[in-house]
Amino acid sequence: MSANAQTVPRRFPVPAEPRVPARGTKLGSVSVGHADLGLVTPVSKVGLSDICLSYNTQSGERLLALDHINLQVRAGEFLCIVGPSGCGKSTLLHLIAGLHSQTSGQVLVDGHPVQGPGTDRILIFQEHGLFPWLTVAENVEFGMKMKGVPKAERQEKMRHYLRLVHLAKFEKSYIHQLSGGMKQRVAIARALATEPDVLLMDEPFAALDAQTRDLLHDELERIWNETGRTIIFVTHNVREAVRLGDRVVLLTFRPGRVKSDFPVSLPRPRSLEDPDVALAARAVLDELREEINRSLEVEYNAGVKPHIVPGEEA
Amino acid sequence: MKRAARYIIFYAALLGLWTLLAKLKIWPPYLFPTPWGVAEALYAGFQDHTYWIAIRVSMQRVLIGYGISVVLGMILGLGVASNKFLEETMGGLLVSLQSLPSICWWPLALLWFGLSQNAILFVVIMGSLLSVTLAMEDGRKQMPKIFGHAGRNLGAKGFKLFWYVLLPASLPFVVSGLKQGWAFAWRSLITAEMLYLSLGLGQVLMMGRDLNDMSAVIAVMLLIIALGYIVDGVVFKGMERHLQNKWGLAPAN
Repeated sequence: MSANAQTVPRRFPVPAEPRVPARGTKLGSVSVGHADLGLVTPVSKVGLSDICLSYNTQSGERLLALDHINLQVRAGEFLCIVGPSGCGKSTLLHLIAGLHSQTSGQVLVDGHPVQGPGTDRILIFQEHGLFPWLTVAENVEFGMKMKGVPKAERQEKMRHYLRLVHLAKFEKSYIHQLSGGMKQRVAIARALATEPDVLLMDEPFAALDAQTRDLLHDELERIWNETGRTIIFVTHNVREAVRLGDRVVLLTFRPGRVKSDFPVSLPRPRSLEDPDVALAARAVLDELREEINRSLEVEYNAGVKPHIVPGEEA
Repeated sequence: MKRAARYIIFYAALLGLWTLLAKLKIWPPYLFPTPWGVAEALYAGFQDHTYWIAIRVSMQRVLIGYGISVVLGMILGLGVASNKFLEETMGGLLVSLQSLPSICWWPLALLWFGLSQNAILFVVIMGSLLSVTLAMEDGRKQMPKIFGHAGRNLGAKGFKLFWYVLLPASLPFVVSGLKQGWAFAWRSLITAEMLYLSLGLGQVLMMGRDLNDMSAVIAVMLLIIALGYIVDGVVFKGMERHLQNKWGLAPAN
């Protein structure tokens, strides 16, 4: 499949100025392990270098969650991260967002190390994380309000982004009055309204029904095209990853390592039913299956006890 | 409609029973007054402004005392909830202190503040501070973590994070504790006022006792009940309804 993915030219609408630098040929269709380490790239938008994360479990054992993660994300790239549950893919997003700190290694944004949260990186949660005590409009304005943006400007931008997600009529609604898909769209508008360079999405569509998800895939692809943001999208759904991403990175089961890196050069707009998408997903899935089996093995053999790496600490 | 009818029947029966017992004259009228006597006492009390003044003084005190409790309790509760050391040490102390009736602080309050309004306020604060603190601590813990994450992610930190995110996010989990704190504050106030000549409702109640005027005593008791009930029904019920509308929570049973 990967040969197929390579030969199909990218035909999705390219903005006037290409945001994405041409892909170097040395990036193989499937690069295993820490292949990115050797790459000489211009400063990436987001760079993860040797990220390790370990913590003490409740039983006092040391658990290694992430093991020397190296990843470079180009400006404007749509990167999808897949992996079995428990591989630390959500944790990785929290690290990039600056909500937690890694045990060792560095998260770089534009070459500068990340220290704590910043509005240049906005995380969208699976459970949307909208504030139920605020209206839709107030939610979208929240980030700008924290920044001290004047009210008139805030409202103008809020309207702009609500139009972008087709929710202009719901300004005054409270969150509980919206459907799941609408909530996720508000979350996207709220994230975009703070004008981040990087959008971090943590399984944002996992709790939605299939039709809503399809629709939001289309909308997200369109918004990505219109706004030129860098997106790092975490999902356990391989098809979704291939349908959306320029690149799909597969993480191993505990401890999370980069197992493979699949460029996806299928033409856009794509759809989940696309045979090419299915075919590309197949290759990723084959590798993912090994990891899922490993995770199941651990669960069956040791109850629900996690795989322990004793003494690992950087 | 049906509900109103049930209310009317119930209270009419209660009044009837009361009148009947009073009319039977089992006890002398100054020990067991008629409803009519109580109504007259109420009317007279309002007429000569005694009750108006007492209500004003008492409400003012309870508002100040309770207000201080809420502010302190929120700070303390958040502190205890977000600091493991405080939680392990002060958490236990707070729970054990709650078994102490607030009026036990009265002797100390007298020594520290003298026979003054401040001594009364101190007792009121000690009465309600603990419930507010414990409620806040609990609310902070029950509050889904995602709100804090989302707030920090969107650039809120320090006081802004507390004021715009943590505080509103924990309100639904705190409101019952705030209500309980109010009830404690109100009771502590009346108790303290009964021990010290001080213009408040508690004092007016004691005055009735000193004059052997049970009609006046019962009239003031009714006032105390009514005021507590009104605050509960108007302020707290309103707050709960407001939160339910915003959050879309099912009405509490």
